[in-house]
Amino acid sequence: MNFDFSDDLKQVRDHARGFLRDECPASLVRRSLDGEAPYSEALWREIAGMGWIGAAIPEEYGGAGLGYEGLCVLAEEMGRVVAPVPFASCAYLAAEAILLAGTEAQKHEFLPGLADGSTIGCFALAEGNGNPSPAAIRARVIKGELSGAKWPVADGGIADIAIIAARDEADEIGLYLVRCRAIDRKPLRTLDPTRDQARFDCDEVPAEKLPLATGWEAVQRVLDRAAILFAFEQVGGAEASLDMAKAYAMERFAFGRPIGSFQAIKHKLTDVYVALELARSNAYYGAWALSADAAELPLAAATARVSATEAFHIASKENIQTHGGVGFTWAFDCHLYYRRSKQLGLRLGGAPFWKNRLVDLLETRNAA
Amino acid sequence: MDFNDTPEEAEFRAQARAFLKANAQPKGTGRPTLRLGGMVGEEVTRAKAWQAKKAAAGFAGIAWPKRFGGRELSSIFQVIYNQEEEDFTVPRGLFEIGLGMCIPTMMAYAKPEQLERYVAPALRGEEVWCQLFSEPAGGSDLAALRTKAERDGDDWVINGQKIWTSGAHLSDFGIIVVRTDPNVPKHEGLTFFFLDMKSPGVDIRSIHQMSGTRHFNEVFFDDVRIPDSQRLGQVGQGWRVSLTTLMNERLAVGDPARPDVDDLVALSRNLILDGKPAIENQAVRERIAEWYAKAQGLKFTKFRTMTALSKGETPGPENSIHKLVNASKLQDIASYGMDLMGEAGMVQDDDLVEAWGMFQSALLSSPSARIAGGSDEILKNIIAERVLGLPADIRVDKNRAFNTVPTGNR
Repeated sequence: MNFDFSDDLKQVRDHARGFLRDECPASLVRRSLDGEAPYSEALWREIAGMGWIGAAIPEEYGGAGLGYEGLCVLAEEMGRVVAPVPFASCAYLAAEAILLAGTEAQKHEFLPGLADGSTIGCFALAEGNGNPSPAAIRARVIKGELSGAKWPVADGGIADIAIIAARDEADEIGLYLVRCRAIDRKPLRTLDPTRDQARFDCDEVPAEKLPLATGWEAVQRVLDRAAILFAFEQVGGAEASLDMAKAYAMERFAFGRPIGSFQAIKHKLTDVYVALELARSNAYYGAWALSADAAELPLAAATARVSATEAFHIASKENIQTHGGVGFTWAFDCHLYYRRSKQLGLRLGGAPFWKNRLVDLLETRNAA
Repeated sequence: MDFNDTPEEAEFRAQARAFLKANAQPKGTGRPTLRLGGMVGEEVTRAKAWQAKKAAAGFAGIAWPKRFGGRELSSIFQVIYNQEEEDFTVPRGLFEIGLGMCIPTMMAYAKPEQLERYVAPALRGEEVWCQLFSEPAGGSDLAALRTKAERDGDDWVINGQKIWTSGAHLSDFGIIVVRTDPNVPKHEGLTFFFLDMKSPGVDIRSIHQMSGTRHFNEVFFDDVRIPDSQRLGQVGQGWRVSLTTLMNERLAVGDPARPDVDDLVALSRNLILDGKPAIENQAVRERIAEWYAKAQGLKFTKFRTMTALSKGETPGPENSIHKLVNASKLQDIASYGMDLMGEAGMVQDDDLVEAWGMFQSALLSSPSARIAGGSDEILKNIIAERVLGLPADIRVDKNRAFNTVPTGNR
């Protein structure tokens, strides 16, 4: 039994944590919050230079070949600091979709740019209201040209390439690579301005198919794998929220004593801790499934996702509650995590979608 | 990451499995063997025989020192044995407190000749031990206990009452913490002993529980004499000895309570809701998913603990989360399963209702899981103070002589 990250990866994690503590303070995140920049280019260049974006991309395509456990470790640290960069869109989604369904030529053409940060990628699935489903995909490709509306698209406003789920002439769902400059893009105002979001209106834009995996199964496979990486971001954000609440509960006095000495606060923060530990353990299992490419991956992913969404939700809301009135101010950082928690919980579909999927998979497994 | 045993662990696991296969029945997935109330007659005999067999085969006291008849292996091997044993139906529960808490306390404080006398018979299942801690006035606040001991020559004379004593009626010996000085603050006036449960003046009465069963006992002490030679630790040091006992709480011994998530899934397939199997209902699915995620989270938290154990680390208070999560989960799953049964859910007839009455039994027994062995509230305090590092609560009784502390006249 070795259900932990290796010492090497723990070093990677510690280094990443130290680097981000110094280079990604809340003041940097707030520049995106206040609308100064959709993402931090300086931070993006630095993490690209350290090989983080391409952590799980094989070296032959310009990646660092650190493997999926390495990417999980980094995802947790990005989540911890609410990093205002398109890391998830590039590393968990665009690169993964190309690795899954792209031809050798497409991998060689696009992955090196994603890995070194010079190309920003995004993944466009949603078409307005509703959770992911085959029926919700109406965008269509006819003779190599894609038409349809996609929104919201995370990092859609800053991306160079988009992987878009669409149907072909025969109504089959597939993944298509589109150059974003051909798309009519409008920025969307969202609850988490630290993550760029856009609306795509595609009108006969040139699209090349990623042909090696098709159908809804290909989309779902991208979602499953990304769900595990998002779970690590959520765990990182949840732990940061708990740490903030803990620190405040120790220094804030009321009724002549630190508020952390009241059971009302202790029990609240213990509930957060319990949710976080369960989420972390489920995320670890997901990390194992990702790196072993195990048959259990879909169920492990849904479980990690359900658990992590719940943990970040409770951690970020109770962090505000523990802070009291100041927690509700713009000046305090609690809301950065609250916003990010909801945003991450909706990416790839909300909790009902993933709970449903979990039970689908459970039934399939039990029937086997 | 991997889930593989080391070669030594794999060999041990194979040995444990072979022993269990040869000597015990594999556990099926069907009707659970519900233990309603304490063990009686034949069950006790079976449990003792099983313990003797385990001891003879070297699967009792796996992590105990060799001089006490153990194998002196790392705790990971105990966990591995427990994992394997979970797949078999064996009589559990009679020796957990004795071997898990009482004897380890004896090992830390008793005299060599006493260990010579008591440890081996306990390990072989010949003698049963119980733990006499809780009192009507001292449960979560254990140190508020009032049973008193007064010195009389070479003996101590005990008067008072203990409560919630599992297996007292089946026990040969017990460990007990009592008040020897009410004039000092509560933690400083306690002293620890072991005693013969057949001593004159010991009166054991079973407690009729809300579940209708009788598992716990009240134990009354009326001028019970304990020789001073059976004192464990110094006079006035009883609190410190008690902490030794409590720290020895068993490590992840498995007997996962039912109904679990799989039972709820099976039930939801059988029952009809709005004209379709209940499992097709989105509300039902979400509840199942939430409990499944919790159960898996606990499972993999245990794997993380095992990893720490195999690296030689000692698990800490973070392990309290297992009971904290499981107890409420059990109560909630029981209640929800009954909701799905509709009016029939209230029927308590194991042959008539779904799932052999498992949900109904659990509804009535699960409140005890949230209280016994550290209530939810105490466990949360432990996690908050010892894991999260939050400040201790203010204790108004801390520096006061015990006999001046307000009691609310109860």
